[in-house]
Amino acid sequence: MVEIPSGDAGTVPSAEVEDVELYHPKSWWTKYVFSQDAKIIAVQYSVTAISIGLLALVLSWLMRLQLAFPGYFAFIDADRYYQFITMHGMIMVIYLLTALFLGGFGNYLIPLMVGARDMVFPYANMLSYWIYLLAVLILVASFFAPGGPTGAGWTLYPPQAVLSGTPGGRDWGILLMLSSLIVFIIGFTMGGLNYVVTVLQGRTRGMTLMRMPLTVWGIFTATVMALLAFPALFVACVMMLFDRLLGTSFFMPAIVEMGEQLQHGGGSPILFQHLFWFFGHPEVYIVALPAFGIVSDLISTHARKNIFGYRMMVWAIIIIGGLSFIVWAHHMYVSGMNPAFGFFFATTTLIIAIPTAIKVYNWVLTLWRGDIHLTLPMLFALAFIVTFVNGGLTGLFLGNVVVDVPLSDTMFVVAHFHMVMGVAPILVIFGAIYHWYPKVTGRMLNEALGQIHFWITFLGTYAIFFPMHYLGLLGVPRRYYELGETAFVPPSAHTLNVFITVTALVVGAAQIVFLFNLVWSLFRGREAGGNPWRATTLEWQTPQTPPAHGNWGKNLPVVYRWAYDYSVPGAAEDFIPQTEPASGVTREVVA
Amino acid sequence: MNVALVFLAAIGAIIFWWLAGQRLTSKPWLEASPVQAVAGEQDPPVLAVKIGLYVFLGVVGALFSLSVSAYFMRMEASDWGGMPVPRLLWVNTAVLVLSSVALQWARREARLGHMEILQPMLAAAFLLAALFLVGQIQAWRELMSTGYVLADNPANSFFYMLTGLHGLHVLGGLVVLGRTTARSFVADARQDRLRLSVDLSAIYSHFLLAVWLLLFGLFAGWANDFVDLCRQLLNQGIPG
Repeated sequence: MVEIPSGDAGTVPSAEVEDVELYHPKSWWTKYVFSQDAKIIAVQYSVTAISIGLLALVLSWLMRLQLAFPGYFAFIDADRYYQFITMHGMIMVIYLLTALFLGGFGNYLIPLMVGARDMVFPYANMLSYWIYLLAVLILVASFFAPGGPTGAGWTLYPPQAVLSGTPGGRDWGILLMLSSLIVFIIGFTMGGLNYVVTVLQGRTRGMTLMRMPLTVWGIFTATVMALLAFPALFVACVMMLFDRLLGTSFFMPAIVEMGEQLQHGGGSPILFQHLFWFFGHPEVYIVALPAFGIVSDLISTHARKNIFGYRMMVWAIIIIGGLSFIVWAHHMYVSGMNPAFGFFFATTTLIIAIPTAIKVYNWVLTLWRGDIHLTLPMLFALAFIVTFVNGGLTGLFLGNVVVDVPLSDTMFVVAHFHMVMGVAPILVIFGAIYHWYPKVTGRMLNEALGQIHFWITFLGTYAIFFPMHYLGLLGVPRRYYELGETAFVPPSAHTLNVFITVTALVVGAAQIVFLFNLVWSLFRGREAGGNPWRATTLEWQTPQTPPAHGNWGKNLPVVYRWAYDYSVPGAAEDFIPQTEPASGVTREVVA
Repeated sequence: MNVALVFLAAIGAIIFWWLAGQRLTSKPWLEASPVQAVAGEQDPPVLAVKIGLYVFLGVVGALFSLSVSAYFMRMEASDWGGMPVPRLLWVNTAVLVLSSVALQWARREARLGHMEILQPMLAAAFLLAALFLVGQIQAWRELMSTGYVLADNPANSFFYMLTGLHGLHVLGGLVVLGRTTARSFVADARQDRLRLSVDLSAIYSHFLLAVWLLLFGLFAGWANDFVDLCRQLLNQGIPG
């Protein structure tokens, strides 16, 4: 550690950064299209991710229409239904959530929140976006390929994924899917290196790790996890491509297809499941940790109160990140694995509930006796807590082998993961967009439209996914194209399915209000000013709003305090920016 | 997945060691004002590119450890056949070692500022690494001509896939090394930039050499003996 001499009144000179380190755009193209500015790249990532996410939303509508009115829509046949399921899942988990949290929010917030001018490797950062776009285009291309996209389910389990019985199995669908994933992982690695190294090396003077906002902690940890977990998916995709194209038998057992003995033999489908879930489970937390971080900041800012147990929150993020690598096989309880393994993985799974519960308690305790402003970001943050607790509790059920085995193939699981990693992170994304939109554009989003959007989305998603738990307990199976005549499913289940579908249509349509708000406010929104939420973190202290190229003008900011000095007793205002030296405020320290 | 878990444990240990030095137990809410120097201001400074390379090596390490995990898991199946190790692989290994040695030498000369020895050393490292790739392709051709084709046996499949994956990584390093070598021949190249490139290339190539040695051990069957030994030790430890 180098001691830095402090000047008068406890202020410290800011670190000088050479101007040449920054890439300066020379034309419109390099400024807005092939930009190396993390803020532009963030917007590009977000727009792409949200666009492809809307496609996945429409796919879910089509699925729901089939489930509520089986056979009514002639164009949704069984093959199409499986293709819709697969694409909906894959797009939402990887191309929307992962890309939006890490590529979108990561790119925008990391440099601004740690006080850097940009990411450390801007060129790789730009490549990362364009490679991601390529991955999305390959994915979309599969809709137009002969045979359509793959219908193997988002887990792409072999051997069915590459057989003719599955849509796209012997056509282009599965090939494009696997290629798209491989390309996505290459692009993500470039971006991920940026996020990690920027947090490690790009922090401004005074920004110690323990002064970083929890948003940065969440995104940082999630990125480290993603860098270690995505290679598993990469290897699995490469091996499956070999199996499908070159006739190897990594995953393919001896199999007879349409009365014809295939050349494969001896391969292990379970091996694929291990590799897939070695990526797949950390992926849940790759999505959840940024959400945890963002929600902590939203709650603290809008309740005008310091986050409760900051240290505990940081440790919990790290512990969750570590534990999530040793729970993967709880997705494989029904794969016929050794029961002793099941016991081990059930234990680790339940242990994860401890740091997670600590986080939930800390959010609630932050709210306690806070000066709660029910702004839109706050509403979404509160909705997140409720939804996450609901989804998390059913996770405790499913983490136990004996409970999971009968429920595994029912709608209960669908309801569980949609609550915990579908709706919950999406609510955070909405909250985050309402929170940071003023910084990105300089204008506020419309409050009334936002309220409409919030209430329909929040109540609507509950109306969709709550009854689904009940359907699952009744034994309604998931993945089924239609239920047909079943003795154990009562007629009321069908009525409930219609209700869920109608609600899903309404909630989906309500997102149009949000999209309209995004566009309308860009031109007509109220001017926001530099710090509309009166927040402490660095991104709100930029000299310009929206922040200019290089973020900070001539001098980098210097950080004197942690990110959560809200309602400090004795201070003149109810927030003290991180850039405020100690001498600037009077406060009594209660140890 | 044991290999992958061992690798992750190693990464976890590094992260833990790093975090232990980051004052995670400090109480940031009590300490307004004291400004500590942070990243980039340490003494001596660690460059972001270097950290970036180490993180990237972590990713590559994860990739190979997961592939090797898959190798071991697939090996347990009854259809696993043996695969001969072509003699040529020994030559290739020697060539790759020499390439790494040349780079290490270049790295030392660059540190000492002897730019005239740097050029031939870099060129030699580049050519040797290229030769390694040619040798690997030759080894593939030999194997294929003797009937060990890709899809016949999982052992063959893994051999081709792992050597291919490793070869692609060598190829990527070769591109960077080629640019570095070319730059060393430019008269007015910036010395510190060149020194850094040589440094990074050397680290990367040593890492890939280590990966290759492990893979070679795997194909030659020594890794299996090692695993058997571990199993025996484990089984002795656990009664029944």
